[in-house]
Amino acid sequence: MSWWRPSDVGFATRRALADVGYAARFFWRLVALLGPTLRRFSLVRDQIHFLGNYSLAIIAVSGLFVGFVLALQGYNILQRYGSAEAVGLMVALSLLRELGPVVTALLFAGRAGTSLTAEIGLMKSGEQFSAMEMMAVDPVQRIIAPRFWAGIIVMPLLTAVFNAVGVLGGWIVSVPMIGVDPGAFWSQMQGGVDIFSDLGNGVIKSVAFGITVTFVALLQGYMAKPTADGVARATTRTVVMASLMVLGLDFLLTALMFSY
Amino acid sequence: MERSKNDLWVGLFVMIGLAALVFLALQAANLLSLNFQSTYRITAQFDNIGGLKPKAAVRSGGVVVGRVAGISFDDERYQARIDLDMDARFKFPKDSSLKILTSGLLGEQYIGVEAGAAEDNLAAGDNVTSTQSAVVLENLISQFLFNSAANAASPDKGGK
Repeated sequence: MSWWRPSDVGFATRRALADVGYAARFFWRLVALLGPTLRRFSLVRDQIHFLGNYSLAIIAVSGLFVGFVLALQGYNILQRYGSAEAVGLMVALSLLRELGPVVTALLFAGRAGTSLTAEIGLMKSGEQFSAMEMMAVDPVQRIIAPRFWAGIIVMPLLTAVFNAVGVLGGWIVSVPMIGVDPGAFWSQMQGGVDIFSDLGNGVIKSVAFGITVTFVALLQGYMAKPTADGVARATTRTVVMASLMVLGLDFLLTALMFSY
Repeated sequence: MERSKNDLWVGLFVMIGLAALVFLALQAANLLSLNFQSTYRITAQFDNIGGLKPKAAVRSGGVVVGRVAGISFDDERYQARIDLDMDARFKFPKDSSLKILTSGLLGEQYIGVEAGAAEDNLAAGDNVTSTQSAVVLENLISQFLFNSAANAASPDKGGK
């Protein structure tokens, strides 16, 4: 084992920094391509269709069940303190502030991020990007930027669907099944949820997670070794890295937003 | 730009997402109750505000008539200074009194307004001084303890 040799440490550091620098330049390039991308919106539209519409079912079903479970657990705990009506408030706040953006981002990484990485990686291994460059078409502008911006558009919408379905799921369990008073259920929720500090911060979180997940997926696909094994590894890395980054970023954002 | 059959589905997806946002804004956050109506600012001095928070409700007869806009400390009188945004639709006499109440046993604290009898109404910039502080549990308990200690001591004295 010679991993402790100074020259190896130096090489590893230099390579890590080069990766970070490459990722940062790639990110700014995608951001700078917003204008050209929106001018050819049909490419973005097809990606919204692919990333958004096909993720709608899994997001809605997950949201429904998360809402069910939150209401059941919340009712169990809250009724000990004689405030079972606050179950609506509890469901809405946990969904809007944390669970909605985070669970949607994790599902989005699994459902859409993997397919992005695999698609880009396979295109690269099939040398399609080289072919495009031969035709003087910029593959980053033509292939990657539309997917990036579509992901950023799609994530807040999916989160909103997740939250709305989750609140409805909480309502289904609380009001018709358990018998919480519907008026108290909604009025407690409306009294405790703030449009800017809860709903607005949730939307900001979901945009941040959309950027994170989509960027990680695209970068992993773009940097993947152009072999079957390389694409498989890149897809796995997408899920692991995107999930960890979402969870870490969520902690940072929560600390910034809700700890005044 | 050419049309495609994806247009319909993407349009539906975006509309579902926006409808979900609108639903959350209206039903969960109750956007419509956000008050953009005009208010007038009055101030009040309290000896002790307990756990009162900014944005807490100001109620009269149980109806929300305003919000706590800000809390600060007056270091000349050593009292808490509360700014209140009162709904301009509701007028109160100048000698109205304020007290800090708690909704329920463990609920949040709010300010209750009891109307006075003066001819003039409170206007912007007025200061309310007839206030009643929040109930502080520690003070109540110590009062109770001192009282019971005094009661326990007095029959002993009377006997001698």
